[in-house]
Amino acid sequence: MKIVVCAKQVPDTETKVRIGSDGKTIETSDVNYILNPYDEYAVEEALQIKEKQGSGEVTVLSLGPERVTSAIRTVLAMGADNAIHIKTNDTYLDSYAVSTALSEVLREMEYDLILMGKQAVDDDNVQMGPRIAALLAIPCVSVVTRLEINDGHLVAEREVEGGVEIVEASFPAIITCQKGLNEPRYASLKGIMMAKKKPVEQKTVEIAGAKLSTLKMEYPPARKEGKIVGEGAEAVPELVKLLHEEAKVI
Amino acid sequence: MKTYNAVDYFDLNSLLSEEERMVRNAVRQFVTNEVMPIIAECYEKGEFPMHLIPRFGELDLLGANLPEKYGCAGLNNVAYGLVNQELERGDSGIRSFASVQGALVMYPIFSYGSEEQKDYWLPKLATGEKIGCFGLTEPDAGSDPGSMLTRAVEDGNSYILNGSKMWITNGTIADVAVVWAKLDGEVRGFLVERGIKGYSAPEIKRKYSLRASVTSELIFDDVKIPKVNILPKSRGLKSPLSCLSQARYGIAWGAIGAAQACYDEALNYTLERKQFGKPIASFQITQGKLVKILTEISKAQLMTLQLGRLKDKGVCKYTHISLVKRNNVEMALETARTVRNMLGANGITAEYQAMRHLCNLESVYTYEGTHDIHTLIVGSDITGFPAFK
Ligand SMILES: Cc1cc2nc3c(=O)[nH]c(=O)nc-3n(C[C@H](O)[C@H](O)[C@H](O)COP(=O)(O)OP(=O)(O)OC[C@H]3O[C@@H](n4cnc5c(N)ncnc54)[C@H](O)[C@@H]3O)c2cc1C
Repeated sequence: MKIVVCAKQVPDTETKVRIGSDGKTIETSDVNYILNPYDEYAVEEALQIKEKQGSGEVTVLSLGPERVTSAIRTVLAMGADNAIHIKTNDTYLDSYAVSTALSEVLREMEYDLILMGKQAVDDDNVQMGPRIAALLAIPCVSVVTRLEINDGHLVAEREVEGGVEIVEASFPAIITCQKGLNEPRYASLKGIMMAKKKPVEQKTVEIAGAKLSTLKMEYPPARKEGKIVGEGAEAVPELVKLLHEEAKVI
Repeated sequence: MKTYNAVDYFDLNSLLSEEERMVRNAVRQFVTNEVMPIIAECYEKGEFPMHLIPRFGELDLLGANLPEKYGCAGLNNVAYGLVNQELERGDSGIRSFASVQGALVMYPIFSYGSEEQKDYWLPKLATGEKIGCFGLTEPDAGSDPGSMLTRAVEDGNSYILNGSKMWITNGTIADVAVVWAKLDGEVRGFLVERGIKGYSAPEIKRKYSLRASVTSELIFDDVKIPKVNILPKSRGLKSPLSCLSQARYGIAWGAIGAAQACYDEALNYTLERKQFGKPIASFQITQGKLVKILTEISKAQLMTLQLGRLKDKGVCKYTHISLVKRNNVEMALETARTVRNMLGANGITAEYQAMRHLCNLESVYTYEGTHDIHTLIVGSDITGFPAFK
């Protein structure tokens, strides 16, 4: 089975985000970049499918500037076979631009399954899977927590409000991965040493103009300082009163 | 828990290759996720986290600088050093396990073993399926291993081993011991397997240091070992000493990790802890301590990276390793001690790392050649006067 994993490089979730001087973008000078955590589930799932079937190929597809090579190397170190890097310059691209670029490349590839994280933790747009599926006219199952590969079709479990939905789809299909799908492996040291020898194909594609533009970024309002009502059981009535009357949460 | 910030004031990161950085980051993440949450409890209970051994294997942490042919990662010496740095940031006991397995068991089998010994043992030791230990020190032969009493005598198709070893890391849990003993007056290496008649390895309990590491005595009472278990290429004391050079090299890096862990803890703590209405980090004496530690760590980092580069070029001398082991372990010990006091009363508890590192580093200061012995090794090299006796 040929599997493509779409992987994005994002700022480390530990990063203290600072808004840039233009007020519309993030200050990137001291940002440490990592592989999008939800994409780790996609990589792990792809590797597990390949290992279970005893054959197949896992290709990483990543779009972004030069720096994304390190995210690509991470996926190769985990065990993916090869990679395609769609090079862009370091400007903000909206989901429309990215999905059209990715699907343009995907259209020329052979694949049975496309896996990706349910969302990227930087922009949180949660659009990529469904958008690409629409452009390629293939099924998409999103927010998947369990995946079973059968002859000619897949069965996926996805989280829905208050329960689980079980879905069947034919190949090729897109799956967007949710936490809980699996336990992503660490890159082994041998994997890291091997990653450098694996092929990374560079591609350039015409990037469509964005259909969205960011007007402004703002920090969330600073949290008000807490208040200590008192100590011990005596303080409870006052606390309840304040929660009811002042905070209006009960 | 606060995220770990490994201090790198002089951007040594920029002097590392992409692979070296990836190796370091992978081990750092592993230690953060798998070691940090459990290590204080292991230390308190006096237990080594046995469940981590197969995980070390999966990540290829064991014997990571040995060739791929034997199932190892084939890292260069700098990347191997970084593995040690990150493991010891967790705990010296964790790094000790990996040092012993890689530098003191796999390395001698690799360097002095027969092809059959290498093919049999190295892949199993690399995955952690088998555990090894290294027996050189004896109750009456520590800094002076040449005075060892353990002896092997030929007996047909076997050797008969008699004697004992002391302070042996991993001894009780080891499947195979690399034991150094005199055969016709010459020090040779022997592979002694667990379960063989006359061999026992009781654990040394009641330690105040390296509590998350197994330390044992090895006892050989007429142990009959097959002749094929001698390390055929081992000849004289220089064979075990060459292994110690490998292990000391790892310790030099490891000590930096322990110091970085303590520095990170001190910086976080002193920025948050308020006395006299301000963070204690705002007082000059506190800043003086932080700057001193930062300076010492930075110096050690630069020197150790150069040590690794020399080793990768094949021009590193054992005296270089002695000098850096001596410096870095003392530096880490002083750092841990200073940080312990900067944390006030909190510093004596298991909620913080400094005291654990401090107690561990007392062992690291002593093993693999004491601080004094390394002084004499370098002293002898620069003056031409060996001052050991
Ligand atoms: C936790 C732990 C784990 C260990 N693991 C292992 C292991 O796996 N395998 C192994 O073989 N050994 C191991 N050791 C033993 C270790 O290598 C020895 O303890 C060390 O070599 C020192 O020997 P000693 O303890 O006998 O001290 P001694 O040699 O008796 O030294 C005592 C003191 O005298 C000083 N001294 C000795 N000779 C001189 C001299 N000529 N000039 C000046 N000062 C001198 C020393 O520096 C030291 O301060 C371990 C030790 C510890 C604590």
